[in-house]
Amino acid sequence: MLKISQLHKSYPIGDSSLHVLKGIDLEVESGEMVAIMGSSGSGKSTLLNIIGILDEADSGEYTLDDVEIKNLNEKKAAIYRNKFLGFIFQSFNLINYKNALENVALPLYYQGLKRKERQEKGKFHLKKVGLLDWAHHLPSELSGGQKQRVAIARALAADPKLLLADEPTGALDTTTSYEIMEFLQQLNDEGKTILIVTHEEDIAEMCKRIIRLRDGVIMEDKKVNQVRASQYV
Amino acid sequence: MFDLDLWREIFQSMNKNRTRTLLSGFTVAFAILLFTILIGIANGLGNTFQQGFADDAINAIFVRTGRTTKAYDGLQAGRRIQLKNEDFDYINEEFKDKIQYSTVRIFKSVNASYKGEKNNYSVRAVNPDHQFLEKTLIKDGRYISLLDLNNKSKSIVIGRLVEEDLFSKESALGEFINLSGINYKVVGVFTDEGNDNEERVIYMPATTAQLLYGNNDYVDEITLGYNPNLSVDEAIAFSNKLTKRLKDRFSVAPTDQSAVRVFNMASQNKAVSQFQFALGLIIIVIGLGTLIAGIVGISNIMIFIVKERTKEIGIRKALGAPPRKIVSLILLESIIITAIAGYLGLVLGVAILEWANPLLEDYFIKEAGVSTNIVVTATIILVLAGSLAGYLPAKKASKIKPIVALRND
Repeated sequence: MLKISQLHKSYPIGDSSLHVLKGIDLEVESGEMVAIMGSSGSGKSTLLNIIGILDEADSGEYTLDDVEIKNLNEKKAAIYRNKFLGFIFQSFNLINYKNALENVALPLYYQGLKRKERQEKGKFHLKKVGLLDWAHHLPSELSGGQKQRVAIARALAADPKLLLADEPTGALDTTTSYEIMEFLQQLNDEGKTILIVTHEEDIAEMCKRIIRLRDGVIMEDKKVNQVRASQYV
Repeated sequence: MFDLDLWREIFQSMNKNRTRTLLSGFTVAFAILLFTILIGIANGLGNTFQQGFADDAINAIFVRTGRTTKAYDGLQAGRRIQLKNEDFDYINEEFKDKIQYSTVRIFKSVNASYKGEKNNYSVRAVNPDHQFLEKTLIKDGRYISLLDLNNKSKSIVIGRLVEEDLFSKESALGEFINLSGINYKVVGVFTDEGNDNEERVIYMPATTAQLLYGNNDYVDEITLGYNPNLSVDEAIAFSNKLTKRLKDRFSVAPTDQSAVRVFNMASQNKAVSQFQFALGLIIIVIGLGTLIAGIVGISNIMIFIVKERTKEIGIRKALGAPPRKIVSLILLESIIITAIAGYLGLVLGVAILEWANPLLEDYFIKEAGVSTNIVVTATIILVLAGSLAGYLPAKKASKIKPIVALRND
């Protein structure tokens, strides 16, 4: 599904440069649910951005679904993002002047789907996250948990191969966090591959595999017994 | 290709971000409004000036005579100089190639009556060329012809207001009017761009007037239209030479300013064209100034808009929007807003000018208005400037990495 080898990335800071990722090797199979952990500055967000084709590595190889991701122009990168990846952000990143349904349908617009089809698919995914009744509400009229569910529905809308979540529960209270995790676990049960960046242990425990990053290298990579979020809800 | 979805996106964005839309729209509308009004007023000033001189042909030279003020060549001061037909023929013969039109003028005042209506009018007895020198426009019938002149016929051409006074609503053409006891046939009715007094004039053949009023060959004034190919300086040289010849002919002292007076429009035209040049310059400066102010305004707003939408752009990119679509989204929105706002500014500006026109006439601003071409061009320039000002940051925004745009801070 996803294969990374000897990935390096550094950012220029003034005259010197900050070496953030120092040779990452990583393989993720289809159907996995992986937590990437690490303190701030460990390079976990950078790794996620590179996996999400939002950023480019300096060196190393990255293959996503048997496609080598290298030297992509903006247009190609956009197409791959749209086709392969679904993003879930800490701050939801919904477009504030579009209602829930329009937000969910936006990736489908960039896939070139017809309006009617977009509406149907959008409604389908909103129903999946249990927010069909809120389809015509603006993000400002939704609670944090609801916003994140809309964002998840949007990430799912284009039917991506891989879901990337950057601190998806970072802005939510514990109960709501577990609700979101329960939902992500459900999606994983249905076969979606999910990558979650988090610094919260309890959230990481709810994945099937935990990768710990420290100073730009993988310190630990272990399979864990998944804690089901449903027992807390 | 018409992309309905793209337009839907644009109109949603415009509709949901009203402050932004109104702000940028207002800037452009206001710039065009100011542009329209200022150019309109400047044009109005120009019109006033133009009309002040529209009455007569601009290449006219007037020759009049009076009494001598200096003794010369053995003749006393105070002698009366009288122009005659032979002087007219002499000028035409002598300066053939420099003259386009020429006419004599004899001025009379008459009491005109038709049926019960009576009024007092001035009569100008002239040659056919007078029509072109005075820029007389024939409304009905014809002007004084060469045949009238040769036959000394009792034909007259009356002004529009004379017809209105004496005939109320009826046509005067072919009717006979009694002028101080003699009946004349109306062969034409004319209008004139000058003031109303010009339309209360009656024209008759010069020869007729000379026959009926004194049976002499006296002429009050000679009016010439110099060859339009002459430059202003050449025209002035021509009138100077003419003056000198006439003074010789009447044995008048070269320094006598009163006996032979030649007035050349060319010297006045020089001042007129200088004024109009200055006015044109002012119009250009005003126009450019307003435009630049508008361009700066819309550019600022576009840069601000792109900044404000950076996060949205990042989200759209993360969701798979190609850069081209992002640029076209932002640009089309700004083009639509500026075009509509520009049109509104134009309509409003023209409406204000129309409304204010009667008030402005008191300030020597006549028919203030703008040509649609100029304002449409100005609007297009603003739209282009807005697009360019939006394009650069939009292009830049479409290139920034989504992670930068999506940063939480």
